[in-house]
Amino acid sequence: MGSREAIQRDGKVYLSRRYKFAAAHRLYSDKLSQEENERVFGKCANPQGHGHNYELVVTVAGPVDSLTGMCIDLSRLDDAVKGYILDRYDHRHLNLDVEDFLEMVPTGENIARQIWSLLEPVLGGECLYRIKLVETRDNYFEYYGDHEASI
Amino acid sequence: MQEVILTKRFEFSGSHRYYRPQWSEEENQRVFGPNSRPHGHGHNYTLEVSVAGRLDEATGMVMNIVDLKATVLEVLKEFDHKNLNADTPYFKERIPTTENIALVLWELINQRLKNGALRAIRLYEDEDLFVEYHGE
Repeated sequence: MGSREAIQRDGKVYLSRRYKFAAAHRLYSDKLSQEENERVFGKCANPQGHGHNYELVVTVAGPVDSLTGMCIDLSRLDDAVKGYILDRYDHRHLNLDVEDFLEMVPTGENIARQIWSLLEPVLGGECLYRIKLVETRDNYFEYYGDHEASI
Repeated sequence: MQEVILTKRFEFSGSHRYYRPQWSEEENQRVFGPNSRPHGHGHNYTLEVSVAGRLDEATGMVMNIVDLKATVLEVLKEFDHKNLNADTPYFKERIPTTENIALVLWELINQRLKNGALRAIRLYEDEDLFVEYHGE
């Protein structure tokens, strides 16, 4: 499903796995006027929306299990990301098809925080370390929850 | 001196939907799967435009990249940050597959460049899927 890498710092191993989803969205807030929306969001406020191939990189942290040699069961991670994120976001319009964004503008920032809030209860706050959401070649967003960014 | 091919890469972000109104919902779902969902989905497209010719002896260029960039960016204004089905006139009668988008972009770019300069375009829908077109 994705590709993986692992980094070790202070006895903890940080494992990252990459996923992809293709989605449409529109940056627009009902709390702003049309002129303010265009000024703040520019072409991202196009009424019919536009889209991206998003990349989602989920980083988990933990000690290495002495029996399995792993810091997390990858199938558990894949199942969580597929069920809570990919099945709901992929090949959809985030504003129109996903209830998470009915009241929240689906900026990269908000999508990253939302993904964190969905995965943290499933994976555990000690385990989930970072969400990185890549929107385009030039824009990406990182969220660490309550952790300090150390890698 | 032999011909040299110059390629420049561009990007645009757009949404699209695969759907034929002439077909039933079941037929659309069967053929297009998740690509037929009503509100569409999106991609960061990468477009590679290749031009060719003999090098100008004075400038050492096949074509001035500034001119090529201006030409292609002008064409892509209609596509970037747009809904390809709803915001462009090109996909009312045809589906905005990667193949059809490539054909449309070839026509729009070719008519703006010097005769015969455009040699190929390659359009990536994502890093694992791309279409090439070399004209007739």
